[in-house]
Amino acid sequence: MAMHTTDQIARERKEAVENGSAPFVVIQDLRKSFGSQMVLNGISLAVSRGETLAVLGRSGTGKSVLLKLIIGLQKPDSGSVCIHGHDITDLTIDQLGKLRKTMGFLFQQSALYDSMTVEQNVAFPLQYHKKEMSRSARADRVKELLAEVGMETDLEKMPSDISGGMQKRVGLARALALEPDILLLDEPTAGLDPISSAEINDLILKLQQEHHMASIVVTHDLHSAKAIANRLALLNEGEVVIEGTFEDLQRSDIEFVKEFLQHS
Amino acid sequence: MIEGKSTALLGVAPPLPGPRISVLSPTLRSTQELIHQFLEWFGDLAIFFWQVLRAGVTPPFEFRELFRQLDEVGSKSLPLVALAGAAVGVVLSLEARYSLTRFGAKSLLPAAIVYSVIHETGPIITGLVVSGRVGAGIGAELASMKVTEQIDAIEASAVNPYRLLAATRILACILMLPLLTLAADLCGLVMGWVAQALAEPLSFHQFISSGFNGATFNDFLPPTFKTAVFGLIIGLIACFQGMRTRGGAEGVGRAATSSVVLASLFVILADVVLVKFNMIFFP
Repeated sequence: MAMHTTDQIARERKEAVENGSAPFVVIQDLRKSFGSQMVLNGISLAVSRGETLAVLGRSGTGKSVLLKLIIGLQKPDSGSVCIHGHDITDLTIDQLGKLRKTMGFLFQQSALYDSMTVEQNVAFPLQYHKKEMSRSARADRVKELLAEVGMETDLEKMPSDISGGMQKRVGLARALALEPDILLLDEPTAGLDPISSAEINDLILKLQQEHHMASIVVTHDLHSAKAIANRLALLNEGEVVIEGTFEDLQRSDIEFVKEFLQHS
Repeated sequence: MIEGKSTALLGVAPPLPGPRISVLSPTLRSTQELIHQFLEWFGDLAIFFWQVLRAGVTPPFEFRELFRQLDEVGSKSLPLVALAGAAVGVVLSLEARYSLTRFGAKSLLPAAIVYSVIHETGPIITGLVVSGRVGAGIGAELASMKVTEQIDAIEASAVNPYRLLAATRILACILMLPLLTLAADLCGLVMGWVAQALAEPLSFHQFISSGFNGATFNDFLPPTFKTAVFGLIIGLIACFQGMRTRGGAEGVGRAATSSVVLASLFVILADVVLVKFNMIFFP
């Protein structure tokens, strides 16, 4: 499929938004192995605008790999990942770049640039992709983003000077810098205490309500998934065992689902 | 080859391996594996180089990061390179003086020092010092970024990490090595003169005139510019080893060490090839 320009992608996004029907992310029959270990074995999912899909499963079942395949950091063995209707599996880094500007990614460990301050971290995507912005406009936008996540007083701090929860907030602000349509969150509450986890969940919910993005949250925390997602997909041994609302999971007769819910 | 499966199909029992074959085959197998691993590494390096080259020659260009790296590679390596050059100049002067006096050729000492420094010791010492300092620094920095997913975060932000991180560092090494070599040469010549003058009074003017007597640009430019190739080797290997790191803190340490070892090894091998190249094309 020929790569569209940024303008064409913007037109298609607008049409899909007005239409309200086209999913922003469509994954079909995705497979991925590392050596002899099969991680994803035919995953098919779709997420539309305003929807939050939580992908649940045991640790090591390929949930983070799924997110990296969606943003193109890894290539699948087979299957397709369509972002705004474009199959990204055969694109080069520069071609992928056009689509990545419509996506935000929160890494499990936040992945903040440790040689930059909090302000510089959030400004990084704006510096590269909003060159028309003046320095003062960029600074104002950074302050606005950090205020949304409650970090407006920590501009000059280095990532090593702030807690894990605060790093997650800064990571979220950075992920939102380019006003993405699609938000990918890798274990947003991993390693956080219950209070910080609840704060991050509330923040994600608030941002969802304000920005109406298509979001995919990977987590093993069922409580977090219940709090922020419209739909849940449970993975086991590389396959989607069940997909639906939390109530659908509760009503399920599948042994693995019952066991997962029992221990959560 | 008639053994194992093929002979079983023919209904013939396979020959029993003799004791000599059973002693050699593990060694042969491990050598074969080593060669296979080296070829795989070299192939991956070639693919990485192609990706960096493609990214480096297409806009947008990362001038700000390039200037930052020119400072990191160039001005921060200068004191160490100058010191190494100076030390080599002194050692050359002392050793050459002793040897040449034995053969009644003491008057050739300035020329011996000048030609040794600008032809070989200046470039190779600069290459090895920079591969140690810069190679380890780049390898460790990029490895640390890799294991903490910062490189993935750069890519997820729609910025090409080959362009931002690798191309800038490699270009900085290519541009700075010849300049650092000039600094090493200068310090080597000055300290070579100082060591000579302490043993036997000789003005700097006499030393330089005598040393450069008969020298042409072919004696000076090709050996200096071969260090640009050293810079390419150092930058490329350090970036490659850093950006493919796995395994946390241990992986970062391995990346830093392997960057230095491999860069130094390939600088020495390249020197052998380039000396011959210079002799043929710049006689």
